[in-house]
Amino acid sequence: MHYAIRVRDLAKQYRIGAIKQRTAGYVTLRDAIVERFRGRRSEAATELWALDGVSFDVKQGEVVGIIGRNGAGKSTLLKVLSRITEPTRGRAELYGRVASLLEVGTGFHPELTGRENIYLNGAILGMRKREIDRNFEAIVDFAEVEQFIDTPVKFYSSGMYVRLAFAVAAHLEPEILIVDEVLAVGDARFQKKCLNKMQDVGQQGRTVLFVSHSMQSILRMCQRAILLNQGKVVADGPAQQVVGVYLGKGAHSIAERVWPDRAGAPGKEVAHLRAVRVRDADGEISDTIDIRAPVTIEMEFMVTLGGYVLLPHVRLYNEDNVAVFTTLDLDPEWRRRPRPPGRYCARVTIPGNFLAEGSFYVEAALTTLDPPMKQFAERDAVAFQVIDSLEGDTARGDWAGNVAGVVRPILPWTTTYEPFD
Amino acid sequence: MATLEPPSTSIAGAAAPPPSDVALAPTIIEPRKGWWQFNWRDLWVYRELLFFLVWRDVKVRYKQTLLGASWAIIQPVLQLVVFTIIFGRLAGVNTHGIPYPLFNLAGLLPWQFFANTVGQAANSLVGSANIVRKVYFPRLAIPTASVLAGVVDFGLSFSILVALMVWYQWPPSPAILLLPIFLLLAMMTALGVGYWLSAINARYRDVRHATPFLVQLWLFATPVVYPSNLIEGYWQLLYALNPMVGVVEGFRWALIGTQPPSLLLLVSVAMAITIFGTGLLYFQSVERKLADVI
Repeated sequence: MHYAIRVRDLAKQYRIGAIKQRTAGYVTLRDAIVERFRGRRSEAATELWALDGVSFDVKQGEVVGIIGRNGAGKSTLLKVLSRITEPTRGRAELYGRVASLLEVGTGFHPELTGRENIYLNGAILGMRKREIDRNFEAIVDFAEVEQFIDTPVKFYSSGMYVRLAFAVAAHLEPEILIVDEVLAVGDARFQKKCLNKMQDVGQQGRTVLFVSHSMQSILRMCQRAILLNQGKVVADGPAQQVVGVYLGKGAHSIAERVWPDRAGAPGKEVAHLRAVRVRDADGEISDTIDIRAPVTIEMEFMVTLGGYVLLPHVRLYNEDNVAVFTTLDLDPEWRRRPRPPGRYCARVTIPGNFLAEGSFYVEAALTTLDPPMKQFAERDAVAFQVIDSLEGDTARGDWAGNVAGVVRPILPWTTTYEPFD
Repeated sequence: MATLEPPSTSIAGAAAPPPSDVALAPTIIEPRKGWWQFNWRDLWVYRELLFFLVWRDVKVRYKQTLLGASWAIIQPVLQLVVFTIIFGRLAGVNTHGIPYPLFNLAGLLPWQFFANTVGQAANSLVGSANIVRKVYFPRLAIPTASVLAGVVDFGLSFSILVALMVWYQWPPSPAILLLPIFLLLAMMTALGVGYWLSAINARYRDVRHATPFLVQLWLFATPVVYPSNLIEGYWQLLYALNPMVGVVEGFRWALIGTQPPSLLLLVSVAMAITIFGTGLLYFQSVERKLADVI
C-alpha cells in the first residue's frame, strides 16, 4: 500500500509574545530596536506549542477528517503540511502534488475578469497553463458563470465569486488535497455540489485532508478522522468513533448521561433525574442515528416523595437552538395516577423519517401536575446526530441539495393530470 | 533520502492517479537548517506563476486608470520638463554640448525604472499578505514580478527617447548594442534592493515610510540631473559604489554616445552583484517565518 502522507513528530512553536504583537497590528522597526535596548525583554514571552509531536500516516486515496476545538492545532497542521509555515521540529513527507484550499478565492483580483482570475488563481494554486486551458470549460461550467466570464469579478455577487473560486480549486487535479472549511461558504445547494465533487476526488484515488467544524460533513465525507487537542493527536480511527469522542468531550458518550448520586443530580424533593440515554433501533446507546430509523430517548428518575401525579416530558432542540417539539408522557398506565416512591424509566420513541438531518439536544424534564412544581428540566442532557446517507429512500428522494426545515417527514403526494386538448 | 517503500509493481496500481510531472519525488517538510538552502526546483516549477504575476501587475496597473498605459509616458515627460527647467535652464548644468532634455532622459529612463520598481517591490510582499498566509509558492516570485512588470513600463517610456532623438536628429552610438547589458544591470540592482526592502518591510512595517525618502536621496547620488564628471578624484571610487552610477553612465554612453564608462564600472557591477546576492540571502531567511509575521 502506498502512503500519501507520512507525518512524524511534527511540532510547531509560536512565541506568545510575538502573537500578541501581531494582534496589535504588526511589529515595527521601532519596537524591535526598543526591545533590543531594553535588554532582551522577549525572554518574558512564553512558548506555545501549536503542534506538539503529531504523527500519523495517510494512505493513498484516503479521505481523512481533522477535527478539534478552536486552537487545537488543526489550522497549524494544515499550514505546515501545505508548506505555508515551517515546522519547528519533526518531518512530513508528501507523495504527490499537494494543493491546499485554505481559503477559496485567494489571489483573486477584483479588477480582473473571471477569465483572467481563473488563470491567475490557477497559477497561484500551482496549476500549469495548459492544465488550466484544458479545464477551462469545466471550471466555468461548474461555477455557473458563463455569461459573466469577461466581467471583472468586483461586479460578481458574493455567491458567484465563491463558486468561481471553488471551481478553480476543485479542478486542480492534485494527488493530495488539503481543505479547510471551504464548505462554510456559498449557498447550501452549492455546498452540496462541492461535497459531491470532493467525494469524487476521493474516489479517483486522491488523498484528501479535510478540516471542518461540521460533524455532518466529516461523517459523510471521511472514513477516518483524527482528533487534535492542544497540538496532540487524541484519537485517530473510524470517523464515527472519533466524532463520538469529540462530541462526548472525552471518554463518555454524549448519548448517555448518568447521575449516580442524588447529591449532584437535578431534582427537587419529589423526584430527581438519574439517567438519560439515546438508543437506536437496535436498542444500543448511540449518538448517530440514521434518518430512516426510529430513535428512543430514555429517562430514568427516582421518586422520593410519593403521592403526586407526575408529568415527565422531553423537549428537543436543534443546532439553531430552535425547540423542535415537546413530548409529554401520555402512558395510560401512569396517567392521572399518583406515583409511589421508586425508580422509574420512561421511554419515548421518535419515528424514523421524521427529524431533519443535524444535531439534536435533549432536554429531560419532569413536573408535578397539581400543584405544578418543576422537579427538574435538564437542558442538553444528551445529544445525537441524525444522518442521511443519501441512498434515495429518504424524504429528500433524489434531491441531493439542501432541505430546509426542523423536521423532514415523508408525506403522501398525489398528482392529477389532464393533457391539453 | 526518501524513506518510502520500493515503487509498486503490482497490477492493482491502476487505481493510482498518473503521477504529474511536477511531483515525482516526495516533498519533504522539515525545519530548514543553515543559511543557504535555496529551493531552485520550486522556482522552476512555479515559473508560470511568475509570468502570471507580471501579467497581473501590468494589467491591473492600467485597468482602472483614466489614461491607461499613457501614464508610463506622461510621468517621465513631466519629470523631464521639470528637470529641464530647473537644472538645464535655471542651474545651467554643463552637459558638454548635448541638449539637456536628451542628456537628462537617457539617465531618467533607467532611473525611473529603478525607482518605480523598487517602490513597488518594497510593498509587494505586504500587499500580497492574504495569498502568503494561505497558499504555498516561492515567495521570491512576488518582488521579482514587481520588477519584471516595470520592464513593460520601461519599454513604453523608451518611445519618448526615440521621439526626442528624432527631434534633435541625434543618431545613437554603436554602443547601443550593449544597452541590454546595462538594462540587466539595472534589473539586478532593482531586484537586489527589492528583495531587501520587501523582506524588511514584511518584518518591520514602518520601513515603507523610509522607502520613498531612500529613493529620493539615491536619485541625487546618481548622475541623472548632472553629469558624473562633476565628481573628481578619490570621490569617484566612493561614487561608483552606487551601482546606479554604472547603469546611468552606461545608458548615456549606449544611447547618446557620451564618454564610455571608466573601469570604475566594474565596481558598480560588483556592487550590483553583492546587493542582489545579499538580498536573496536575506529574503530567504525571512521567507521561512513569513507566514507567521506578515
